[in-house]
Amino acid sequence: MNNYLERLYNGIVKENPTFILMLGMCPTLAVTTSAFNGLGMGLSTMAVLVVSNLLISALRRVIPDKVRIPAYIVIVASLVTIVQLLIQAYIPDLYDALGIYIPLIVVNCIILGRAEAYASKNPPGLAVFDGLGMGLGFSIALTCIGFFRELIGAGTVLSGTPFAYSLPEFYEPVSIFVLAPGAFLVLALIIAFLNAMNIQNNGKKKVEGCDGSCGTCGRAETCRDAKSE
Amino acid sequence: MRELWNVSSSPHVRSHEGTSNLMLDVALALLPATAFGVYRFGLYALCLILVSVGFALLTEYVFEIWTGRENTLMDGSALVTGLLLGLNLPPYVPLWIAMIGSIFAILVVKQLFGGIGQNIMNPAMAARCFLLISFAGYMNQFPALDGMSSVTPLTAMRNGEPVDLAAMFTGLTNGTIGEISTLAILAGGLYLLVKKVIDWVIPITYLGTFALFMLLFSGRGMDVHYLLAQLCGGGLMIGAWFMATDYTTSPITEKGRFVYGILLGVLTGIYRLWGASAGGVSYALIFCNLLVPLIERMTIPKPFGWEGQKNG
Repeated sequence: MNNYLERLYNGIVKENPTFILMLGMCPTLAVTTSAFNGLGMGLSTMAVLVVSNLLISALRRVIPDKVRIPAYIVIVASLVTIVQLLIQAYIPDLYDALGIYIPLIVVNCIILGRAEAYASKNPPGLAVFDGLGMGLGFSIALTCIGFFRELIGAGTVLSGTPFAYSLPEFYEPVSIFVLAPGAFLVLALIIAFLNAMNIQNNGKKKVEGCDGSCGTCGRAETCRDAKSE
Repeated sequence: MRELWNVSSSPHVRSHEGTSNLMLDVALALLPATAFGVYRFGLYALCLILVSVGFALLTEYVFEIWTGRENTLMDGSALVTGLLLGLNLPPYVPLWIAMIGSIFAILVVKQLFGGIGQNIMNPAMAARCFLLISFAGYMNQFPALDGMSSVTPLTAMRNGEPVDLAAMFTGLTNGTIGEISTLAILAGGLYLLVKKVIDWVIPITYLGTFALFMLLFSGRGMDVHYLLAQLCGGGLMIGAWFMATDYTTSPITEKGRFVYGILLGVLTGIYRLWGASAGGVSYALIFCNLLVPLIERMTIPKPFGWEGQKNG
């Protein structure tokens, strides 16, 4: 069971597809104009990812190595079509908001990446959890980006959900944040923040191979414990 | 006596020129335009400029204290950024717009990229574009006071209305605080040329290419009045003399400066003729800023003697 939890942790934190692996940047930047859109995109991708991982893992001994990519694409594309029709039928608002980016889930690097890197080499159970972890990591990241963009750029919180809330009248929305440049700004700032946290945490550990001679060390410039001479 | 015996490596002849007196020169050169803007639009314009300068300095100071970096407040670069941003604001926007613009310019565009000398775009221009996109309503409002037209000359020209060229040259017109008076800006530009803070290549190629582009593509032919009005209108003059010549974001190579000026002229022409708004200097500038590393790489001068060797 530990292996399964490790997969979830790996997808959400250690190898978060958006903030660490930087995969699937296209939907990340394009559809996260609100937390709701981000969550919708994340969950649709997760649904496809979990099932595609399951199928690909189950068929991993059947699919010939030479044609594996076309085979994966056929599986993924069929699943995306199903998800697209379901969203169109049951959540038409989300369907309109995401538009072309739903069919484009087919070419999302995360899905093909996990198929190639994990599902094709591991048993179905683990592959499903890998898909869940990656999908959750993606959903959390997109919701997070969408939340900030919506908050700053439109002055609303969680619009489109039952918990919708608007900031008071005097707040002037900085509308660049719901436009394309804002996506880059928010993504970059979140990643910078996470990296800063990581550096701070890792800084507490002793640097590998450190012999205390900072003058000759190539890493002295970035080292927190470097002695100034 | 001791200095004479001082053994050191080259250079042996040193100039006292440094960032701080270069920046001071730029600030001085901006004084005529600033003074004219304040005279024209009143004390509120001065407040706007003070707020944007103040917050530029404050942001720089706080960020450098917070991150434990060397304090660069005294080199004057933040002062110039704040001043340029203030001069590029319409005269009656709320004070908080100047504040947000300054914080964005210094924090995001300058400091997050590594501080002075490392910014990929001119901070003041990037902040102006940020504000233009975010607060289009405020940033395009030029209220009419004492008989002034409430549209800028550029917009008027775009709508096919006649403009008063003499007023545009002296600055008795509407626009952002610092851009209105071509005369005041030229005086500042001339000062920078004489003091050798900037060289003539970028401004002259920029303005020349722009004029040529408008001549060819505006559909007006050899209409001198229109051409001169386009040259005096909008942010072109302040952009060409003060923003395009920014050291960090303009090419260091001689040939590169020509390329940069030409690109700026063509892009500004395209934006002004076919863009969504009447002006386009800010967007042309930040776009060309991003091309500068490429321009520099393509125009590295060949050392003497390299011409003889074929393909290296």
